[in-house]
Amino acid sequence: MSSAALRQPMSLKILSNGFLAFWCIVAAFPIAWIAVMSFKTPIDAFDSNPFRVIFGPHTRTNIGGLSLIDIVLGLALAGMLVRQAIRWLPGKVVEYAPNGRTGISWLVGGGAYALVSLVLLVVVLPAVLGVLNPLLGPLGTSIVGLTTEHYEAVWIDRGFTRNFANSMIVTSGVVLVSLTVGTLAGYGLARADSVIAFWLLVVALVFRALPHSVLVAGYLPYFITSAEWLAPIFGDAAPTLYGKPWAIIAVLVAINQPFTIWMLRSFFQNIPAELDEAARVDGCSHFGAFRRVIVPVMWPGVITTGLFSFLLAYNDFLVTSLLLDAQNMTMVPAIANMFNRETTASDEVQAIAAAVSITAPLFVLVLVFQRQIVSGLTAGAVKG
Amino acid sequence: MKKKTFAIFVGPSVFMMVLFIAAPLLSIFWLSVHVTQPVYEQVEVETCTPGLLGSVCTTELKTRPLLDESGRILTQTTFVGLQSYRNVIEPEKLRSAIANGSWRELMNIRFWSALRFTLVFTILTLPLVLGTGLLIALAVNNTLQRIKGPVIFVSLLPFIITPVIGALSIRWLFIGDGILTAGLEWWLDRDIAMFAQAWTIELMMYMYRVWHVAPFAFVVFYAGLQTVNNDAVEAAIIDGATRWQRLRYVIIPHLMPLVIFLTLIHLMDAYRVFEEIVGFSASAYVISLQWLTYEFLLQDGTGARAISRASASAILTMIGVAVLLGLPLRRVWRERKGS
Repeated sequence: MSSAALRQPMSLKILSNGFLAFWCIVAAFPIAWIAVMSFKTPIDAFDSNPFRVIFGPHTRTNIGGLSLIDIVLGLALAGMLVRQAIRWLPGKVVEYAPNGRTGISWLVGGGAYALVSLVLLVVVLPAVLGVLNPLLGPLGTSIVGLTTEHYEAVWIDRGFTRNFANSMIVTSGVVLVSLTVGTLAGYGLARADSVIAFWLLVVALVFRALPHSVLVAGYLPYFITSAEWLAPIFGDAAPTLYGKPWAIIAVLVAINQPFTIWMLRSFFQNIPAELDEAARVDGCSHFGAFRRVIVPVMWPGVITTGLFSFLLAYNDFLVTSLLLDAQNMTMVPAIANMFNRETTASDEVQAIAAAVSITAPLFVLVLVFQRQIVSGLTAGAVKG
Repeated sequence: MKKKTFAIFVGPSVFMMVLFIAAPLLSIFWLSVHVTQPVYEQVEVETCTPGLLGSVCTTELKTRPLLDESGRILTQTTFVGLQSYRNVIEPEKLRSAIANGSWRELMNIRFWSALRFTLVFTILTLPLVLGTGLLIALAVNNTLQRIKGPVIFVSLLPFIITPVIGALSIRWLFIGDGILTAGLEWWLDRDIAMFAQAWTIELMMYMYRVWHVAPFAFVVFYAGLQTVNNDAVEAAIIDGATRWQRLRYVIIPHLMPLVIFLTLIHLMDAYRVFEEIVGFSASAYVISLQWLTYEFLLQDGTGARAISRASASAILTMIGVAVLLGLPLRRVWRERKGS
């Protein structure tokens, strides 16, 4: 069969690619736009003329902005850093990996690279430009208004760093516990062929459908009074579960379990059972086989599942806002509180800056793990 | 695998699910038929104020909460039957609304308006999400190999973004004289306030949800398109099928299992609609069932939480999701059995 019969008429191609371009704009525009708004003074950020929002005349005259040379050099440096990250970094990471442990090497190498990039962009580049700009005349005068005052206000004055730290504690706790518990269960379910295993999966599916508020309604009264009913067991040291990050971690892990075990089970089913059977024949116990044979090859599936656990914990609003007190608040409820109060326009832009700050890590996440996310999304579907 | 090894592998996970999912389900059932209240006592209090001729004394009957030895308010839990359910669904108001045939009166009862919005939201966004996802998948499948990667990257952004933040980002485009409201005003040449009435807010919520979930449908459909049997497509071409017929009779039937999968996931997730209400600050205009429970769980002015009513509304929410998922699941079940 020649491909000629499958060739498409020009009109269809234009239509289909036009639609695609339209979708890309729709998908990216809201996020890109709040990123632009967050760098402007309130007057510019909420202007009804889009060009005034982009170029920020009020910001430029009152605070300052970027000159042509700033933009060119900034983009060039950022482009170079990304290019090096793709071309040069992977080779070095593998080269210097201790005993072939590329995971740790990526963690250290990637972290160091990110740190160096940040210093170059935030410290070195502005210093160089500060010298260059006055020398260059028209090229050095600012054309686009830009201010970082909202970011400073959010992160420094409003103590968003604490919310960030709380988010990190909850998120990393959920990912670690959820993967540990889920990996064992997923492996067990993948290798068992019993009626119990089948019903366990069905029940997990039912649990997956439960709205989270239903569950929180069940926890809340007991969490608040836990010091009383835990007293017979722990005595005076009985903790109040309400507001404790580790209690939230346990709750989110449980909520996440149904999804985790389904996903990991489908990954483990793709690992041929002959592999661990061979290890068992050689005298390994089930756990020995799991540790020596399965653990080394399971990482792609575990990383993918971990990404989705991360997203669940990082994005959660309902559970964290109800079960955490103000001191241990994570980022999402903190932002919701920020704009729910009677606010001035300046507060509003600060909330936007906080929203952009919380989205940036997710952006990097998609950039790095795009393939894993796509495979994770389709894993459940293709298995049926 | 032996039963014992299986139990050890699955044990921790099952323990977590029993403790934090199954047990709360039982507990909300118990909580919904009981009410915990402070115990009050009535005491005669004599208060005297200094007057011109000696002091003026009045005695009055006051109610005050009883305290235990350590000074905490004593509470008492009583069985109230279905009273909390009645407080949530408000049968008297419901009856009068039906008797008067007044839709507006019915929508003034929070539970029924929440139920109405949740169901409309779930049903209405389903075809939009499936359709948009399929269109994007077909378009990406059609385009140049080189731009597929970047397009998938951009498409994933709305899906990956924190739901509350995503809703907020759309809100900021429309609020006040936001950029898109200004654009609409210029285009339609009239004054528009997107946050002043319920239906525009609802419209934005539908748009947001489609924007947020369509990428998921797209990725799943796109993966499905890679496995379309080329022989079947070629046979259809030889038989003279038009492009539309090939799509309708070869490709879509091939994707049907994925459509069912996405429908089930979408019903589960859209029924949980909640973050939109936070992001669009919509609670004064439209609320969903999850929001109703959330609202009962929040502290009111006196610091109390309406736990019983929250549990009753949670149980009702659960019945709703069971009914909603029961119908399509039964169909899938029958087809499995039949085949």
